[in-house]
Amino acid sequence: MTAVSDQPRMGFFTDTSVCIGCKACEVACKEWNHVPDDGYAFLGQSYDNTGELSADTWRHVAFIEQPRADGDLRWLMSSDVCKHCTHAGCLDVCPTGALFRTEFGTVVVQEDICNGCGYCVPACPYGVIDQRKDDGRVWKCTLCYDRIGAGMQPACAKACPTESIQYGPLDELRERAHGRVADLVAAGVTDARLYGDDPDDGVGGTGAFFLLLDEPEVYGLPPDPVVPTRDLGLMWRRAALAAGTFVAAGVAAFAGRRGGR
Amino acid sequence: MKERSMVPRAEFSSYYGRPVLKKPVWAELDIAGYFFTGGVAAGSALLAAGADLTGRPSMRRSARLTSFAALGVSGVALVHDLGRPERFANMLRVMKPTSPMSVGSWLLTAFAAPAGVAAASELPVGRRLFGGLARPAGLAAAAVAPAIATYTAVLVCDTAVPSWHAAYPELPFVFAGSALAGSAGLSMLLSPVPENAPAARLALLGSALELVAAQRMEGRLGLVGEPYREGKAGAKLRASKALTVAGAVAAATLGRRSRLAAVAAGGMLAAASALTRFGVFEAGVASAEDPVYAVAPQRERVEQRERVTEARP
Ligand code: SF4
Ligand code: SF4
Repeated sequence: MTAVSDQPRMGFFTDTSVCIGCKACEVACKEWNHVPDDGYAFLGQSYDNTGELSADTWRHVAFIEQPRADGDLRWLMSSDVCKHCTHAGCLDVCPTGALFRTEFGTVVVQEDICNGCGYCVPACPYGVIDQRKDDGRVWKCTLCYDRIGAGMQPACAKACPTESIQYGPLDELRERAHGRVADLVAAGVTDARLYGDDPDDGVGGTGAFFLLLDEPEVYGLPPDPVVPTRDLGLMWRRAALAAGTFVAAGVAAFAGRRGGR
Repeated sequence: MKERSMVPRAEFSSYYGRPVLKKPVWAELDIAGYFFTGGVAAGSALLAAGADLTGRPSMRRSARLTSFAALGVSGVALVHDLGRPERFANMLRVMKPTSPMSVGSWLLTAFAAPAGVAAASELPVGRRLFGGLARPAGLAAAAVAPAIATYTAVLVCDTAVPSWHAAYPELPFVFAGSALAGSAGLSMLLSPVPENAPAARLALLGSALELVAAQRMEGRLGLVGEPYREGKAGAKLRASKALTVAGAVAAATLGRRSRLAAVAAGGMLAAASALTRFGVFEAGVASAEDPVYAVAPQRERVEQRERVTEARP
């Protein structure tokens, strides 16, 4: 990513160790961004009746009830969001240029350019971006592009009562997060780990990263996501070979015995 | 490239068994259907050029018309999936090499004009209009055809869908073989028997290419190869293989003598080509629906890395 100005890359640090599952983030996001309701489902999955991130859910709070060895229950709660990947599969494959990288380093859909082709949906290694069935266009977290442009923090971060969701320059957030993990581990919470903070991971690190207390897949997150376009050069090379084979087969079929018509 | 997973199914965790990925939102009939008709359009353009250059006028005529008709169906399918025709114009707003769909939209645009001229020149009105352009247009269409036949494999492989992404080394060959066999089959079905020899040979070559590539792919993929064998997708792909073998054998033997056999062989090969595309499409969707295919190979990679780190002093 090339910096166009001295605007630093902005992001989210979601520290799930202090999440209390109040869903203020989900609500604030819906209200600020006019995200339509997604039905009133009862999923029977703890306190989670939203289920997953979707076109109409841009923050999603996961609830996990884990039985512990001492017979007690451990609660894991985590507010998930678009990762605003450094190497974003959704953005790479978008054929219209509707998905773009903002001056804050975030990934945003321009709703007037999206043509509903749906390619970004299976290209996201986190299963974030999704289509609205009405006219087929796609929607996801914008990291409140309008608010941060006006110097405010995103609605979810503003609403979060425990500072589980923190917004700021990515560098600062990463530093703070490393300190937080160290503190937690020192205090005996040895499960604490960061997810998405590593610029060398399969998506080049994420603009929205997390502190988790268990393996990512327990929260419904992929343990080692890779941007699909990482292998695109190899894919085109294989396709070129296959295209060559296609021509060679044609030539061979007609070059056969001329008399054999 | 190594996707074989040693993580047993039972050991993988998930969030209430929910998918980790969003499955493709494309309508199967539109998009798998387009992969088939697009392949037929490309293969037929190749056959038409060959027929033109080797003096087989009936075969040339039917192949040019088939190619353009298949392209027309492709266009309808693509626009139907987008919802409105003018949305296709958005595809041509930019040219983005990182988006196989953008590349494909430009390829289709580059293919449509010459394929249209070549087809039109086979009709009385068109012959008067573009008589002299027929051969150059036919050859131009054939020059773009190999890309049309194979880019659709890159299109699906360039996603996070586990069974598609992992298949990228072989899937372009599967699609190329399927396009050749399907279009050769249709050519046999539509051309007079005395002009069938090249199509019969191409049917054999295309079938062999498809079958060998598919075999290698499924053998290599390990856990994420499962969706290609199981359920509806597996059934379609097995049917496709059986029809491919039967069609190729019939094409190579009786198809060069008997009209009836040529029609039967052609029908089987075309059906097989369609079944391959629908089967591959469904296998991908199935692999996105079950979190095991996303999580288990990734977990295996993480553990592999941890083992390497631990082994270091
Ligand atoms: S998480 Fe998915 S939707 Fe968000 S930026 Fe990354 S690839 Fe795009
Ligand atoms: S659905 Fe819209 S945002 Fe997504 S790839 Fe297509 S044009 Fe781009």
